[in-house]
Amino acid sequence: MGIEEKAGNLGVVTTSLETVVNWGRTNAMWPLLFGLACCAIEMMGAQGSNYDLSRFGMELNRASPRQADLMIVAGRVSRKMAPVVRRLYDQMPEPKWVIAMGDCAACGGVFNNYAIVQGVDEVVPVDVYVAGCPPRPEALIDGIMMLHEKVKREKISGVREDAPIRITSKNQLIQVK
Amino acid sequence: MDNTTLLHRVQSAYPAAILASSEFRGELSLVLRPEALLDVAAFLRDEPELNYTFLENLCAVDYLGREPRFEVVYHLLSVNNSHRVCLKVGAAEEHPLVPSLTPLWPTANWQEREAFDLMGIQFSGHPALERILMPEDWIGHPQRKDVPLGYEEVAFTFNQEKIYAQKPFAKE
Repeated sequence: MGIEEKAGNLGVVTTSLETVVNWGRTNAMWPLLFGLACCAIEMMGAQGSNYDLSRFGMELNRASPRQADLMIVAGRVSRKMAPVVRRLYDQMPEPKWVIAMGDCAACGGVFNNYAIVQGVDEVVPVDVYVAGCPPRPEALIDGIMMLHEKVKREKISGVREDAPIRITSKNQLIQVK
Repeated sequence: MDNTTLLHRVQSAYPAAILASSEFRGELSLVLRPEALLDVAAFLRDEPELNYTFLENLCAVDYLGREPRFEVVYHLLSVNNSHRVCLKVGAAEEHPLVPSLTPLWPTANWQEREAFDLMGIQFSGHPALERILMPEDWIGHPQRKDVPLGYEEVAFTFNQEKIYAQKPFAKE
């Protein structure tokens, strides 16, 4: 009854628990439903049918931080918004990741002034920076796939490796010394 | 209604109120004494022939190095006469105090708060003069001319190590 009848004998796969857990984390990473500026439009475009983020199990944008494990900071963060972003990050359960989408979230972009936080990494720890003003949906998807590569290397104990990694292509990880 | 009649009406009603007047592209600007602002504004609003019932815009200007340093600019529109007039009031650098127009036009409330927040103009008689755009714990008034334009030195390859060493990165 069920999938066995249709698919035949699927056999047995042996693997490590760590691989299975990280595989599960990468393939259903639910982002938090919020956008701060024009980058959010590209993020919505990435979730639309043309670019189709649901390929990665990401079609669900959770409106509650309790149900989200990925924060895509799409747009400039004003100094008045910064405590709100930090609070949302603190409310997300572990494990959680942050993508700084666009130049403004990564470093302040063209807004080098009193009103804008000069990079959201002053507020929350960022895993992947996506450059562009705004980045195209392909660039965001590339950033998400980089994050997947990073998550696959995580230890199940919850200990993250301290040294940052630079991902040059999808399968090439370089430890920054 | 034309600019000359308007100027004469205001001059005859409040002879001491007008410090200067000018006309640019068909719009009359009156520089007023701060003490006379409320009376003149009420006169312009309530006089049946003038009827400037709509406060279109309220903003503050920083003329750094001039005395008085600040100027608050009001644009009034008479919908009935389809005519505009511009009022200007100077405010000194030491204690920039201007009477609030909130009793006459409720729309002045938030615009005066913005002028206070960004330029530091005090409006006497305002019901709740608080910051409206900047965070409440912000120090200073960022749109003043003597506030530096950029916030942070831009990081390039040659200087990024020096800048990132001082940058307050977030912890987990």
